[in-house]
Amino acid sequence: MAEEVQSIKAVESDALSALTSINNEKSLAEWRSQYLGNKGIIRGMLSKIGTLPKEERGAYGQGVNVLKNKLTDAYESKQGEIEEATLAQDLESGQIDVTLPGRPRTAGRVHPSTQTLRNFYHIWADMGFQVFRSREVELDEYNFTKLNFPPDHPARDMQDTFYTTEKDIILRTHTSPGQIHAMEQLGGNGTKPIRVILPGMCYRYEQITPRSEAQFYQVEGLAIGRNIRMSDLKGTIAEFAKRMFKPDVNVRFRASYFPFTEPSMEVDAECFLCDGQGCRVCKYSGWLEIAGSGMVHPNVLRNGGYDPTEWSGFAFGMGPDRVAMLKHGIDDIRYFWGNDLRFLGQF
Amino acid sequence: MRVPISWLKEYVDIDIKPEELAEKLTTAGFEVGKIDYIGVPQNQVEGIRVPPSNHLVWDTEKILLGAIKEVKDHPDADKLVLAMVDYGADELEQCVTGAPNLFAYKGKGELNPPLWTAFAMEGAQVWDGHSDEQKLMTLKGKKLRGIYNKSMVCSEKELGITEEHEGIILLDNDDDYVAGTPFVEVLGDVVLDIELTPNLGHGFSVLGVAREVAALLNKELREPSYDVVMEGASIEEQADVDIQEPDLNPRFTLTLLKDTEVKESPYWMRHRLQLIGQRPINNIVDVTNYITFEIGQPLHAYDYDELVKRNGENPTLVTRLAEDENIETLDEVKRTIGANQIMVADSQGTLGFGGIIGGAETEISENTKNVLLEAAAWNFINIRKTQQAQKVFTEAGTRFSRNVHPSRAILGNKRGIEMMRQLGGGKIAEGIIDKYPNQPEAVTVELPISEVHRLLGIEVSIQEAADVLSRLQFDVTIEGDVIHATTPDYRTDISTGIVGKADLVEEIARIIGYDKIPTTIMADEMPEQKRNRRLEVEEEIRDLLVALGLTENISYRFSTPEAEAKLTPKGAKSSLPEADYVTLANPIASDKTVLRHTLLTNLLINATNNARFNERQQVFEIGNVYLKHGAGLPDEPGRIAILMTGAREEKDWAGGDASPVDFYDIKGVLEALVDGLHIDNMEVTRGEHSSFHPGRSATLHIKNKVVGSFGELHPRVAQNFGLTEHPVMIAELDMDALISASPDLYGVEALPTAPPVLEDIALVVPNSTSAGQVEAIIRKAGGTLLRDVKLFDVYTGGSIEAGHKSLAYALTYQGDETLSDKQVKKIRKKIIGAAEHQLGAKLRA
Repeated sequence: MAEEVQSIKAVESDALSALTSINNEKSLAEWRSQYLGNKGIIRGMLSKIGTLPKEERGAYGQGVNVLKNKLTDAYESKQGEIEEATLAQDLESGQIDVTLPGRPRTAGRVHPSTQTLRNFYHIWADMGFQVFRSREVELDEYNFTKLNFPPDHPARDMQDTFYTTEKDIILRTHTSPGQIHAMEQLGGNGTKPIRVILPGMCYRYEQITPRSEAQFYQVEGLAIGRNIRMSDLKGTIAEFAKRMFKPDVNVRFRASYFPFTEPSMEVDAECFLCDGQGCRVCKYSGWLEIAGSGMVHPNVLRNGGYDPTEWSGFAFGMGPDRVAMLKHGIDDIRYFWGNDLRFLGQF
Repeated sequence: MRVPISWLKEYVDIDIKPEELAEKLTTAGFEVGKIDYIGVPQNQVEGIRVPPSNHLVWDTEKILLGAIKEVKDHPDADKLVLAMVDYGADELEQCVTGAPNLFAYKGKGELNPPLWTAFAMEGAQVWDGHSDEQKLMTLKGKKLRGIYNKSMVCSEKELGITEEHEGIILLDNDDDYVAGTPFVEVLGDVVLDIELTPNLGHGFSVLGVAREVAALLNKELREPSYDVVMEGASIEEQADVDIQEPDLNPRFTLTLLKDTEVKESPYWMRHRLQLIGQRPINNIVDVTNYITFEIGQPLHAYDYDELVKRNGENPTLVTRLAEDENIETLDEVKRTIGANQIMVADSQGTLGFGGIIGGAETEISENTKNVLLEAAAWNFINIRKTQQAQKVFTEAGTRFSRNVHPSRAILGNKRGIEMMRQLGGGKIAEGIIDKYPNQPEAVTVELPISEVHRLLGIEVSIQEAADVLSRLQFDVTIEGDVIHATTPDYRTDISTGIVGKADLVEEIARIIGYDKIPTTIMADEMPEQKRNRRLEVEEEIRDLLVALGLTENISYRFSTPEAEAKLTPKGAKSSLPEADYVTLANPIASDKTVLRHTLLTNLLINATNNARFNERQQVFEIGNVYLKHGAGLPDEPGRIAILMTGAREEKDWAGGDASPVDFYDIKGVLEALVDGLHIDNMEVTRGEHSSFHPGRSATLHIKNKVVGSFGELHPRVAQNFGLTEHPVMIAELDMDALISASPDLYGVEALPTAPPVLEDIALVVPNSTSAGQVEAIIRKAGGTLLRDVKLFDVYTGGSIEAGHKSLAYALTYQGDETLSDKQVKKIRKKIIGAAEHQLGAKLRA
């Protein structure tokens, strides 16, 4: 009997001393299988219980079980230690060169003009203006005559026109012919109010230089109703400018001339680059021209099917490419249709 | 148009700073594009920004009005003289100068009156007259050929007035001049450069701007004098006019000045013409230009004796339409006056274009003694057409093309002939020939004040509105709530009826100021809100392609038939749309003559340009093409084009797949696009488009409709565009077909709860059997329980029989309930059976 008790104690001290010197997962696993494994010492001791005298079996069994629990606890705590040490070592030594470039993902880019147009769509949609698009190759009648530019009128000198080889067919010089199309398609013969923006490509017979282009985007707006006033035009454009440029931007309106509006106004926004203090971009005036606008001319209302004594409206036109140029400090308008990937990749 | 403020002040008092005046004019529609300062300092005005100016400010203590009392010889230099200048000091200052315009006074003793000039003292800053660039210099004492000199008499260039440096400034004598007055008080000035919109014909003169200023500042306008001293024999027997086209030439007036002298104009006239950008010529021609700019009525002066030479006594000027008549005009160009162009003629033929430019033969010369002066009115549309047809744009033509009111002709003629008399002497013949067959009626507009409120949203009283119109020289009466306004006789831009009302509302808004109009939010009924599905899907397509790594291009819509022909290999039949081109009648460049039929040409040109800097390119463009079918407007269908070339992935330090993109890369993009649009009936067949490699291209069908082509660019086409480095993958799709195939609403499947059974099979089929066929048969045989089929390997060679390939598929079986082995085996057997039976496939061991 004394021999067996001795055995439990001896196993315990051997096992624990062996465990003390273990410092890696592999040795720990070996230790575990030596003592706690299926063919391990503890299992061996338990299997010997039957050989003991009946009265000793209880105490011995209990002793071995206590030992088993002890060793298991010791194992788990050692395992924790080693894990901790391994992790600490890994955290310490596992440094990589964080300055190496990331693996490239190739993202596509939306063209800057499209980005600006989308910006316009969103702002105007919030104010109830929906997108209405119309054709780019137009009849002279829609581009000019119905917009109150009589044939051969000097007002036509304001817009250098691309003519085609077919008489009276031209490339639209502005998106304004869309005003007539919108009135015809949405106006219900002059009985329904309209609120639309007309975005699209326009064409002018101009040399292509850093400052001028032969094709350009325009976004025109049109509101028609029974009670649309110039004060509404001012309020609407001021609201747009706040959202497009900055919340506290000042806007000024000055008289101008467009054949299809009367009264007509140019709209300037305070230069957002210099806060109106004067800089190269605003030519030291503190103002940036952002839109041409005005009350829809009675002749244009009439040409769109509305009775100008009862209905009124306002219209405005803006150049999104110019807005993009201002916002991004682009000096050369030719970048837009040049499609240089080094340019497009910056947006 | 350049407008000196000193000249404006002749007609209206201006008590605000030039910068403020410029701001007021600008907001009222007379946009001041630039302010030029002459000698005076720029003002800083609160709230107004003007570009900084680097002009010379004349020192008020050192640059003075000087009186040259005597011009003496320089003892040692022939080309220098000594000007003895009184500048208000006790003693005369001796200035050494080489000014050639003083030589005539050399040795004439004391000059009385003296020669008035600009005198600059030691220490004054002036521009260096000898330098080609703008360079300042400060006057310092030094000896000039032995004589000490510390001051100077100045040229216009030295003071920054003009580029003139031939001689010094010699002003006209004025008894009120006091030597020593700061010179800035004499010639200091500010010139406003005003950009006039086409409706402002009545503002196209200094007087026109003065009227506007008077209205804006609420000041009185001083009209110039139209008095004439007529002392000669009656003009009636000496000249006549015959108007044959009164619609094109509603008025024609003539006056006659005899025995005058053609010579240089006085300084004030030359100075003013130079300030507005005109070159002085002689007193007669200068007056015609002066009146054009002063009151806006162009004049034309004939050498009367030349007319008599051509016609005999009492010549008659005839205005009529031309029939291709030849003439050399004043600008020394030989021109043909064409049909429908109005001209002034006499018995011998044409004398010049009516209202635009006269002929050389009857022009004023140094020897002219007798001047016949024309002031007429012309139809502005006809003048504009003629100017454009002849490509001749004169000050006269530009004004007449903006519609000068016929009432101006008589005033211009009176003021012009009298000014000529004053400057050149002679006698003006009694009377004026005045043919005025088409006198326009005065325009009266009835404007209810409610109309002002309705259009502007401003509460302005009827009295205030009427006052504004009075300030603009309308003849105004108020009756109840209605203003009756009669247009002043120089304005041609006010209509009648509803348009006239809008015209007056604009005038009221302009003068009251747009800043006085309140800012309101629209209170009007909100129109029916409609969506724009075409735009929505178009933007969705953009986002999908960008998410797939492609960058958006926007190209010129212009192209040429030759550039587009490069898309078809020589000898092949073009697969581009069969349509005519929209051809420009006035292209700006030889590579931009038509509107495109395809997006591909410019996309390929972009790729060629980008190839220098980017080996790897993945781009797309969305936009219209323009297909013309016979006469009339073209169709403008939308297209989507894609271009991919170069490495599949970007090179990086850890590898990256650098192999060039191929057919399957662009096919993958299209599959993802179609999938993203929730279109599930996509089908691909072998390509037939001649721009593509015949073996490595395909046609895309959706719901049995051809939507476009994609694949590898034909090697010959690639050569045509110089893109031979790597294969180029392209696609062009019909955007509207995609949009209409994309469902607005689509459902999603519930996620399966039963576990899937995964299995791989490899089938060996002849090379000629397409993967599409194999997959279709697998799917059909697999039925609904075969949830997914993925081809993961294509293998040839090795143990595979020659002429065959092995296609390995990962199959996923899944039902609503867990599938039994037996069920799976049954489907598998069916799939293999179908493949064997229909394709001669063998299961790979």
